[in-house]
Amino acid sequence: MNPFRRSPFVIAATVLVYFFLYAPIVGLILYSFNASRTNVTFEGFIPAYSENVVMDGSLVKSSPCGPFHWYCDLAKNNDVTEAAGNTLTIAFTATIISTIIGTMAALALQRYNFKMKPFSQLSLYIPIVIPEIVMGIGILTLFSQFFGWVNETFNLVGDGRLSLGIATVTMSHIAFMVPFVTLVVQARLQGFDKSYEEAAMDLGANEWTTFRRVTFPMILPGIMSGALLAFTLSLDDFVITFFTNGPGSTTLPIYVYGLLRRIITPQVNALSTVWILVVFFAVLALQILQNRDSKQHS
Amino acid sequence: MLQRLRENKSAQGTLLALPTTVWLFVLLIIPLILTLIVSFGRRSPDGNVIYTFTLDNYIRLFGYSTACPDAQASCYDPLYVNILGRSLSLAFNTTLFVITLAYPLAYFIARAHPKQRNIYLFMVLIPLWTNFVIRVYAWMMLLRKEGAINIIIGWVMNLLNIPFTPFEMLYTPGAVLVGMVYEFLPFMILPIYTSLEKIDVSLYEAAADLGANSIKTFLRVTLPLSMPGVVAGTILVFIPVMGTFIVSDILGGRQVILVGNLIQRQFLDARDPTFGSAASLILMVMTLIVTYFYTRKFGFGEEIVVG
Repeated sequence: MNPFRRSPFVIAATVLVYFFLYAPIVGLILYSFNASRTNVTFEGFIPAYSENVVMDGSLVKSSPCGPFHWYCDLAKNNDVTEAAGNTLTIAFTATIISTIIGTMAALALQRYNFKMKPFSQLSLYIPIVIPEIVMGIGILTLFSQFFGWVNETFNLVGDGRLSLGIATVTMSHIAFMVPFVTLVVQARLQGFDKSYEEAAMDLGANEWTTFRRVTFPMILPGIMSGALLAFTLSLDDFVITFFTNGPGSTTLPIYVYGLLRRIITPQVNALSTVWILVVFFAVLALQILQNRDSKQHS
Repeated sequence: MLQRLRENKSAQGTLLALPTTVWLFVLLIIPLILTLIVSFGRRSPDGNVIYTFTLDNYIRLFGYSTACPDAQASCYDPLYVNILGRSLSLAFNTTLFVITLAYPLAYFIARAHPKQRNIYLFMVLIPLWTNFVIRVYAWMMLLRKEGAINIIIGWVMNLLNIPFTPFEMLYTPGAVLVGMVYEFLPFMILPIYTSLEKIDVSLYEAAADLGANSIKTFLRVTLPLSMPGVVAGTILVFIPVMGTFIVSDILGGRQVILVGNLIQRQFLDARDPTFGSAASLILMVMTLIVTYFYTRKFGFGEEIVVG
């Protein structure tokens, strides 16, 4: 029997599901070239290039960027560049910290026995089994109560007052990212052949050298995929950020959400398209990395 | 001191796990305890929390008012109970639809030639990693009165000579369901695929040798062995659907209010964190109860952590 044989039903369902997954995305990209400013119906592509933007009512007749008018508009939008900067700052900082402490915890949980081990292990599952909104409002309550108390006790005024911002968002992101890093690295350590370490020790390497020269390089792919997963989770996060951000710490998802509740121009579609392209190349790079890794191991 | 640490394995382990454990304790466990404390408090006129011990928020949540004169049946107002019920049934429906759509696709990928599997998986990962808010927006454009779905239906109806007026699909419960299914579909495909892919091909051959037809093989071999994936996927879908407020906010307008919207509004518009905390604890308890009974019946899916 051919194991790759498939029934026509499965093939038809597959085609339908892929269509369901991609049709909205294709539509979104198409509308980023919409000539209509109101973006309600698709009024065709912007037909011509010209020195200045020529409008006819709500229709863009020609633009210095031609059909890519909304992309040029986007590049000039300072709110977007600021939000993109915030998003990346938060994601990088949170990824570095959560990868370091998450890997340490994975080593501890996999290699050592200690009193609080069951508690440490259990706390990793909190972000998986509890809805994000519950964590979000809990963290918001913690920060607002604590900041209120500090501001009052130390009589802080003006800019000296503690308030929600990039720091609170980053701290909260680390809280939900660490468990994913730890669980991914732990899975890697579980399939780890200890004889390599024993060989290194037999040859006279001390524990630190063994870790640095043998263990670490071997679990590095696991750490890298944990870090990448954490990074994407941070870039993508809406709920936790929504409750912990403050003035000046708007991220891209929060910015887009704000736009959706006000006026929507094709600029939102242009932003979404750029974002989808970035995701496309990031996932592609990740897949190539993982393929290379699995080939090395087989 | 350093020498002693070098010999004390337990202290080394504690030290390595300490940063993570402390971080999770301060930013996940303390907030939960705080939410519990606040939920027993009362709202001050300026929207702050007065710490007391009252069950008022929970009584209000379950439909009874404390401002109500005794023995008056009309005082019962199931507004919030209905919101909780609506969220639960939406989460169940979403999960069912998502399993129905995800299973054939996961099966297709798992049975595809190994060289092609990566491409098919890649095609699942792209929508998964496209931002959540962007994906809701995409559906907002499709479901509008002037949107693509109405245009396509109108075009088909025109061909068939049936009169058709575009109708508003946005801001209906159906729109929210479609949005939820779309958002969470990839989270079901990946774990089901992982468990299907692990099934040894020789099992199918054995089933065929023993005379099972393809339907019987599916029901007796494939389906039971893929249950861990379905369980993991259900957890990854059901829990977030219960708490999401963006999908209902954008696709449901003011028509479809879920418990997530209720909590969000208590914190940002209505400024009653005590009632919002009570609602969020009830949400947490509901998801934990459902997850507990579900995993006790089917086991906790190993496939839960998929990259």
